[in-house]
Amino acid sequence: MSWDEVMPLLWPATRETLYMTGVATLFTAVLGLLLGVLLVITERGGLLPAPPVNKGLGVVVNIGRSLPFLILMVAIIPFTRVVVGTSIGNAAAIVPLTVGAIPFYARLVEIALREVDPGVLAAADAMGATRREIVGKVMLREARPGLVSGLTVTVIALIGYTAMAGTVGGGGLGNLAVVYGYERFETKVMVATVALLIVLVLLIQAAGDLVARRLTHR
Amino acid sequence: MIQIEKLRKVYRGRGREVTAVDGVDLTVAEGEVFGVLGRSGAGKSTLLRCVNLLERPDEGRVVIGGRDLLALRGGELRRARQGIGMIHQHFGLLGSRTVAGNVAFPLEVMGVPRAERAKRVAELLELVGLTEHAGAYPARISGGQKQRVGIARALAGRPRVLLSDEATSSLDPETTASILALLRDLNRRLGLTVLLITHEMDVVKRICDSAAVMRDGRFTESGPVPELLARPGSELARGLFPLPPAEPRDGSTLIEVTFTGGATGEPFVSALARKYSVDVNILGGAVETVGGERVGRLQLELPGDPPQNAAQLAFLRESGLAVEIKNPDREDAR
Ligand SMILES: Nc1ncnc2c1ncn2[C@@H]1O[C@H](COP(=O)(O)OP(=O)(O)OP(=O)(O)O)[C@@H](O)[C@H]1O
Ligand SMILES: [Mg+2]
Repeated sequence: MSWDEVMPLLWPATRETLYMTGVATLFTAVLGLLLGVLLVITERGGLLPAPPVNKGLGVVVNIGRSLPFLILMVAIIPFTRVVVGTSIGNAAAIVPLTVGAIPFYARLVEIALREVDPGVLAAADAMGATRREIVGKVMLREARPGLVSGLTVTVIALIGYTAMAGTVGGGGLGNLAVVYGYERFETKVMVATVALLIVLVLLIQAAGDLVARRLTHR
Repeated sequence: MIQIEKLRKVYRGRGREVTAVDGVDLTVAEGEVFGVLGRSGAGKSTLLRCVNLLERPDEGRVVIGGRDLLALRGGELRRARQGIGMIHQHFGLLGSRTVAGNVAFPLEVMGVPRAERAKRVAELLELVGLTEHAGAYPARISGGQKQRVGIARALAGRPRVLLSDEATSSLDPETTASILALLRDLNRRLGLTVLLITHEMDVVKRICDSAAVMRDGRFTESGPVPELLARPGSELARGLFPLPPAEPRDGSTLIEVTFTGGATGEPFVSALARKYSVDVNILGGAVETVGGERVGRLQLELPGDPPQNAAQLAFLRESGLAVEIKNPDREDAR
């Protein structure tokens, strides 16, 4: 293949990667955040102590994180079919991507929230703030840099996962690299996709760092 | 006014029980500055946290401004807390908000409309002298300035009561002095009732009207500061005026004399010497200004056993001095 033949393959694949990653990120950010907050506030001595719930969520998160993505993807095919109506294609890949990334991000959210100075939470409590205000205006807000850094790591992990989307008939750069670069020995395609992935990851990391820095007031 | 009765708080965990507060009675009068002094682990923070129910006591009553706080739940309790200011050793400021934003926080919690909020924030910053730093983030200001933000924030809801948990313990001496002066000033100008805890004698000396010494969850002494200083055996007096250790010699009487206010001006040592023709030996002494009053302690040695000095001791007591005999108790002249 000549470079002229490689180029037209790259653009749609990039778009597919961005699409899968983007949508999965959106859902992960919301649901992972929610799960992370629940993990922190339901613990003993937390804002909304519920140790059994906390334990249950912890187990679910650990299971979710210990499953290799490839296996998760195949294992939840029935669920995927219920959600998007099909188990094949980019949209179908988004479901396992999201399911896999939520526990991952939830743990990072948990870590970021635990970093928040308990003295600040106590101060808010002493001021008569409601639990909702303490979570929203203190915990989440104080943890913003950590939440953004965590999301950056998650997005990059998601890009990695999208490489396996081909398994369920999805596209993307990873799939392109496997199908052309690996199975057909098209070195140029391999090189181009790898270069693109690196650029993509670097850009996302840089953007994430920038936002996190903007939110840090040191 | 703060009224605490028979307060008890036990921490239970993993088969261990710690009685952090063990039956404390405490009354802080309207407009008074009350200091609780004690070593680390004495239960001071726990006591303070029980006052605004950050910690729920196991037993006892907490009444503030006539309201029994333990009877309040949910929203009622939150509103009551909005009327109780609190400042913290490590300030507890939101790092993600500016100085003005931090002061605005309690106003948001109280539901004060935006325009009014801005006005009140400006007022509060003016009050603590931080107008210029309104837009700065906490990481960019000094510890003393952070505590000023803490104080402005605590005053946002126009509380009648201010609780202070070691507010100056992480500050240097000069900054401590300026924060204490500010608290004193606010106490006078706003009639604020202040309950503060500290492990620094100096804090009690500078601003407290009344004080208590806490140990192992209990008050070992409590009362107006001048009264405590004059009380024989007072830990507070000993802490404020550390006198050199001295052993009474045979045939002599060793006494410690505490003088407050009016008695300071009287040359009682020379009066005593003249009146009874005795050689008074001064072993040690200290004079301090406590709550704006001159207070001092002297360690004196008089010739003769305590019984032989009965008249001399009576003379000193009649002069308005607190006299403590340091000779071991025997047949004793007390
Ligand atoms: N949340 C808690 N759980 C269990 N024990 C606690 C808790 N908080 C305090 N304690 C215990 O209660 C006792 C009193 O603690 P407290 O913090 O009130 O002391 P303190 O006088 O404020 O000490 P410091 O000067 O070090 O702040 C200590 O023995 C402490 O270990
Ligand atoms: Mg303490």
